[in-house]
Amino acid sequence: MIYDVIIIGAGVIGAMAARELSKYQLKVCLLEKENDVACGASKANSGIIHGGYDPEPGTLKAKMNTEGVALLYEAAKELHVPYKNNGSLVLAFSEKEDETVLELFERGKINGIAGLSVISGNQARAIEPNLSDKVTSALLIPNAGIICPYALTIAAVGNAMDNGVELKRNFAVAAMEKTAKGYIVSAKDGQSVTGRFVLNCAGGYSDKVAAMVGDNDYTIVPRAGEYLLLDKTEGSRVSHTIFQVPSEEGKGILVSPTADGNLLTGPTAAKVATPDSKEITPEGIEQVQRLAAKSVPSVNFRQVITSFTGVRSSGTTGDFIIEPSRKAPGVVHLVAIESPGLTCCVAIARYAVAQLEKAGLALEAKESWDGNREDTHAFRDMSDEEKDAFIQKNPDYGRIVCRCEQVSEGEIRAAIRRNPQAWDMDGVKRRTRSGMGRCQGGFCGPYVMRLLSEELGIPMEQVTKNGGESRMVTERIGE
Amino acid sequence: MKQHAIVIVGGGPAGMAAAVAAYDRGVTDVVILDREPRLGGILQQCIHNGFGLHKLGRELTGPEYAAVYAQQVAERNIPVYYETMVTSVSPDRVVTARNREGILKIRAQAVILAMGCRERSRGALNICGTRPAGIYSAGTAQKLINCDGYMVGKRVVILGSGDIGLIMARRMSLEGAKVEAVCELMSYSGGLTRNIVQCLEDFGIPLYLSTTVVQIHGDKRLEGVTVAQVDENRRPIESTRRYIPCDTLLLSVGLIPENELTQVCGIPMDPVTGGAMVDESCMTKVSGIFACGNVLHVHDLVDYVSDEAERAGKGAADFVKNGKNAECRYLPTKAGRGVRYVVPQQLRKDTGDVDLFLRVTQPFGKVKFTVTAGNKVLAVAKRLKAAPGEMERITLKQALLYDAEGTVTVELEEL
Repeated sequence: MIYDVIIIGAGVIGAMAARELSKYQLKVCLLEKENDVACGASKANSGIIHGGYDPEPGTLKAKMNTEGVALLYEAAKELHVPYKNNGSLVLAFSEKEDETVLELFERGKINGIAGLSVISGNQARAIEPNLSDKVTSALLIPNAGIICPYALTIAAVGNAMDNGVELKRNFAVAAMEKTAKGYIVSAKDGQSVTGRFVLNCAGGYSDKVAAMVGDNDYTIVPRAGEYLLLDKTEGSRVSHTIFQVPSEEGKGILVSPTADGNLLTGPTAAKVATPDSKEITPEGIEQVQRLAAKSVPSVNFRQVITSFTGVRSSGTTGDFIIEPSRKAPGVVHLVAIESPGLTCCVAIARYAVAQLEKAGLALEAKESWDGNREDTHAFRDMSDEEKDAFIQKNPDYGRIVCRCEQVSEGEIRAAIRRNPQAWDMDGVKRRTRSGMGRCQGGFCGPYVMRLLSEELGIPMEQVTKNGGESRMVTERIGE
Repeated sequence: MKQHAIVIVGGGPAGMAAAVAAYDRGVTDVVILDREPRLGGILQQCIHNGFGLHKLGRELTGPEYAAVYAQQVAERNIPVYYETMVTSVSPDRVVTARNREGILKIRAQAVILAMGCRERSRGALNICGTRPAGIYSAGTAQKLINCDGYMVGKRVVILGSGDIGLIMARRMSLEGAKVEAVCELMSYSGGLTRNIVQCLEDFGIPLYLSTTVVQIHGDKRLEGVTVAQVDENRRPIESTRRYIPCDTLLLSVGLIPENELTQVCGIPMDPVTGGAMVDESCMTKVSGIFACGNVLHVHDLVDYVSDEAERAGKGAADFVKNGKNAECRYLPTKAGRGVRYVVPQQLRKDTGDVDLFLRVTQPFGKVKFTVTAGNKVLAVAKRLKAAPGEMERITLKQALLYDAEGTVTVELEEL
């Protein structure tokens, strides 16, 4: 089998590229080194749809952001991924920062962002009563929004698979070799696939993948961001996404509702050794709490339900790099896709596909393509009467497994069956929210393990948290 | 919509005892809703003994204790909806639930909340480090081992010396695991003395007080933890950091009454207990809705849960029979010096003797509790020692309560 296109990396960029390519009569293979999709930066970020005021005018970032917002809202609708156009505020706390707010406003106008306005501290507090008294002015960005980044990635991969894309998990690319038939992409464990074109969407490892075809001049500088996620009881502390004016460290600590109704605070920004870092540090926790309280003093950090770290795939130029390989024709690299990469994912995918076309890939539309994905949360959003009728036909939906998030057995079984299948505990969690509530899987964990074991036809001892050696139990007692 | 006199949310020890007491008080139209396929709640995974000494005068395992009450429920033909999860309770006492047959709505004359509690999770602790497999709350591990028959690991560190943590230290040892350490942030254990002796000392498992886990190591599966002693402000002391290799970390760091239904219903809560505010019959401040057991406040012994649930059951039955007495006047209660909380939070002074339940703020030696209302002393009780892990009960006599006025305050004095 020779694929037309091999995509390396099933983060949100690879996922959207796969979905974009699934529109055409192409054989596409999506490779992922982890046990599931959305396991890198795409699972642990702010989940923000950025308005587009921030990127330097004239950069690829600015272009992608300006185009990307509307495209993302459209894709989220088609894929039934929960999102909210809640708007954002960038806060200033001093005269100097007031000037920065004005600069951002001007920059946003140049980038073509509609509806921006600069408001006073009092006006900001009028629309967000829990903001600090010390806020002096703010930039209001009405087109900004929030979206669940891993739900988006999972849905995009699922939709791509429904339209014929093949997903290979646990495929950690180790080498690429050009042959007459195309590129042989091989994994550490010896498996290999061959394809005529290659899209390098490897995120934190995109520099290493580029180097496999001789492009040695990219460098990823992984920067970790730590977050604290709070219970839904804190979810309405603010309705907008609250930023502080950017500093050299990043866009500052934000306070935001999430698309699922929790409150998110973070991220920090610290250089780390590897893109896989998952470390939570005491300094990080302290910094998030202190700076979040600067914007919204009343955030109740006793309601933290989990903390996590995501790693940005930052480059050295400050801009996205999406370009054909200089050494290997047919290979396109996507490097340094950091924030606002999530916002830009559809625009980036289209831009990358256009680069493939320029490199000689023929794009013939596929008539059967369907960009809509079934709503995996349809049941959750039904009225009691609709739920009752649905349960009559599907009794598994009447048995609640996760009490905190009220996820039923039916929803969990569906998540293990539907593209892309959940293969582990984290996969079920990210698809259904089971285990994401305040008890963090304390009650539903054993039940979900049993459902995974049943549906996948594997013994309990082989059920993992996230693949590999992450087994949940070690042995059957008495054997 | 179905109608029942009393609907009980939860069929654990509290729900069962409440059902039986309500029935025996003369209100027979009682139903229990439970999310599991059988009655007993968390008792089903507590296969160790030590249950029932106070209440039944014999020492039983958790499932045996549950069976005693399940039998009483069965003898009275009290209907139980199994695998049925209550999703809401409205202030006008409509209970909505879900099971494999659909959505169930019941209008009740009285509702008894008996949902129990849950464990605090790692997330709430902000422990630094990575997020590998092998970290369980002690109760989740207990369920996997005792109910499902799977070992969760072989080399174990336990954080928190609450009773479940202590019980699990012994349980893991009995199944062949090596328990390297039990670490307790506080300078004393919150567990029962008998559990420290029987579960740690008898097995040679070290208990490190004023010590916590400061870092978690490992990528896919847990590889070890760093522990450190803490200073008087509970901050880790850098020079005492120490690495312990292990594949399993069990967390026994506190229980939280599971009051999501209560809060959504708008029932006023006590921020210290984490449960509803109730009167001496366990009625919340929403008329006709009662709460008992660990959903009201976390108990150390199931025997006391059963006692409390009987009061709730009787209270609910009396409410169904007589309605709310509009004339009744309440005295509020208050935790004074040395006392962390008092349940009930308010009481009627014309219903007979009233028991106060309370916990102290820290371990004490010999103490004297004094209960006052205004200038009047209602009760005095002396104890040889008092600890936060052991709930205290003080009885107020009807004769003294009758003409009491003001706030009923409990405070302690070290002797």
